[in-house]
Amino acid sequence: MPTVAPLDLEGHCIAVAWLNNTPHFALADGVVHRLDNGQKSVEFHDGLLCAVPMQDGRRLLTGGEDGKIFALSSDGSVELLAEIGRKWVTSVAAGPHEATAFASGRVAYVRFSDGRIREFQHSRSVEGLAFAPKGMRLGVARYNGATLHFPATEGKPTELEWAGAHTGITFSPDGNFLVTTMQENALHGWKLADGKHMRMTGYPAKVKSFSWSAKGRWLATSGAPAAIVWPFQGKDGPMGKAPLELGTRGNVMVTQVCCHPAEDIVAIGYSDGMILAARFADAKEVLLRRPGKGAITAMSWDAQGGRLAFGSDAGDCGLVDISA
Amino acid sequence: MSEQNSQIPVTVLTGYLGSGKTTLLNRILSEDHGKRYAVIVNEFGEIGIDNDLIVESDEEIYEMNNGCVCCTVRGDLVRVVEGLTRRPGRFDAIIVETTGLADPAPVAQTFFMDDDVRAKTKLDAVVALVDAKHLPLRLKDSREAADQIAFADVVVLNKTDLVSPEELATVEAAVRQINPSARIHKTERAGVALSDVLDRGAFDLKRALENDPHFLDHDHPDHVCGPDCDHDHHHGHDHDHDHHHHHAHGELSPIHDVGVSSISLRAGEMDPKKFFPWLNKTTQMDGPNILRLKGIIAFKDDPERYVVQGVHMIVEGDHQRAWKEGEKRESRLVFIGRELDRERLKRTFEACQA
Repeated sequence: MPTVAPLDLEGHCIAVAWLNNTPHFALADGVVHRLDNGQKSVEFHDGLLCAVPMQDGRRLLTGGEDGKIFALSSDGSVELLAEIGRKWVTSVAAGPHEATAFASGRVAYVRFSDGRIREFQHSRSVEGLAFAPKGMRLGVARYNGATLHFPATEGKPTELEWAGAHTGITFSPDGNFLVTTMQENALHGWKLADGKHMRMTGYPAKVKSFSWSAKGRWLATSGAPAAIVWPFQGKDGPMGKAPLELGTRGNVMVTQVCCHPAEDIVAIGYSDGMILAARFADAKEVLLRRPGKGAITAMSWDAQGGRLAFGSDAGDCGLVDISA
Repeated sequence: MSEQNSQIPVTVLTGYLGSGKTTLLNRILSEDHGKRYAVIVNEFGEIGIDNDLIVESDEEIYEMNNGCVCCTVRGDLVRVVEGLTRRPGRFDAIIVETTGLADPAPVAQTFFMDDDVRAKTKLDAVVALVDAKHLPLRLKDSREAADQIAFADVVVLNKTDLVSPEELATVEAAVRQINPSARIHKTERAGVALSDVLDRGAFDLKRALENDPHFLDHDHPDHVCGPDCDHDHHHGHDHDHDHHHHHAHGELSPIHDVGVSSISLRAGEMDPKKFFPWLNKTTQMDGPNILRLKGIIAFKDDPERYVVQGVHMIVEGDHQRAWKEGEKRESRLVFIGRELDRERLKRTFEACQA
């Protein structure tokens, strides 16, 4: 039976992450809490807007309303990576070799581990950012498509066009596909080898959360009263195939999805705070957490997949242990 | 607290460079009115106040991919509003300042078309600042000046000290002709009472029309501006003024030739089976040219007043309250827009009668 250890905080949880096997809960007020032999916290942003773990799994990369970009370590120490003045840092991405990327307005920035920063100007706002799984390549979601930069070289960027506003972005773990979320209720994808388009539509709401399954065989998404899980096993991705619908509920929307690190299982968080786990093979569901005070806004499995950290927009966060 | 009550009101402030937007913003931010405002500006510019609730944001117009050219939202607002509302309790309301040349429609539509924004916030009013001295020129050389007035719930006719009473009357007539239902406040140095521009509830179906009980009446031959007529109530009512001039809907103002006009329709009780398909079809067809629409509809056998309002193709409506005893059950609808076919609208509207 899964057991839930609640962590009741004040405020909207932006992200949860495991750093050195310690769960961290980043809140919009700029405080990051952690459960490390008791609850500890460190406040370093005046308003935190975005946070992702670094690729080494030891630090949390954060951007804030204060125009600052920090890296937080699991001992609570913070390093100021960059400062761009009085502007909101609206997205961050963690790359290889401790490279980081962040965006504000129409500029995407890449910071290399030696502290050097490159700026990439765009004609429209930079929405989402993601590094490709291999090589130094940065994807930018923007109006009417996506741009791929090669920050380590002077090469020209690759432009991928598709009408509409693209807000979030992710590469498939094998690097073969690029998928964006849109201002409309849809995903768009490109097969990078030939630029072929993939349209993934039919959502009743905006897709704000996505998660690749173990080995990148599936892409789970929010935006419906079920987790919509697209098959990416074939060479053309999900084209011509129907997605799985897991954890379907009547009127309650899925707000977060988080695939298990080893099994073909997805944790599904809902707008009423409930969390289910569902298995792809047979759609079997297990209740992980009963409804709470707020919508689930963040989830993360630990490396072994035994514990799930979660956060909500009302601050009722916690850990689910499924190993017992 | 219900979601309805926790929606944060948003005021949109439009107006050309030099119309006094910054002066008004500085007043809102510095005067002691007991409320805290988050302000979204295109650039910090001359706002002299250091306040971490002032957010700079590039105006980013996103067309929606639904084949409708007028379905646009401000992508940057979606993001900034989402960020601001994650930390509620810091402020009571949001003000969005647009650049001088901005089309107000995408700003307004953001608050209707984006589900997340709509869940957290509600549009309170669109306020247009107008420079009394330069408006005639602006109306001649740009489409946006007229659009901003046409779109506004409140027009602040500013810098009245720089023009003669005759010039002011002409400018006011031009504003009134573009938008007969807006409240007009004449001021110097953006000295309008803040209660006249903030917390207006102009998009609140329950409040909007109640607020301005004769919002449609100024085109009516029976309407006489009495002492309780609150047009321009801050400066008292100029009882000497020429009604035909100030409310000159029939004749063109000498400076207004910008193609924006308002069409007021009235009819008896409506058949909902005819009215709704007609409204849908009209807004689909004329949506790009309809800047605003508002109306009170009397449906046959319906004990309640039905109110509608719209921005381009977005229309919403709801029952407002019961018809009062003795209240004349008639349907009234106003369109403000460009190149609207008055004859066709009148004919087809009247054909919806029960």
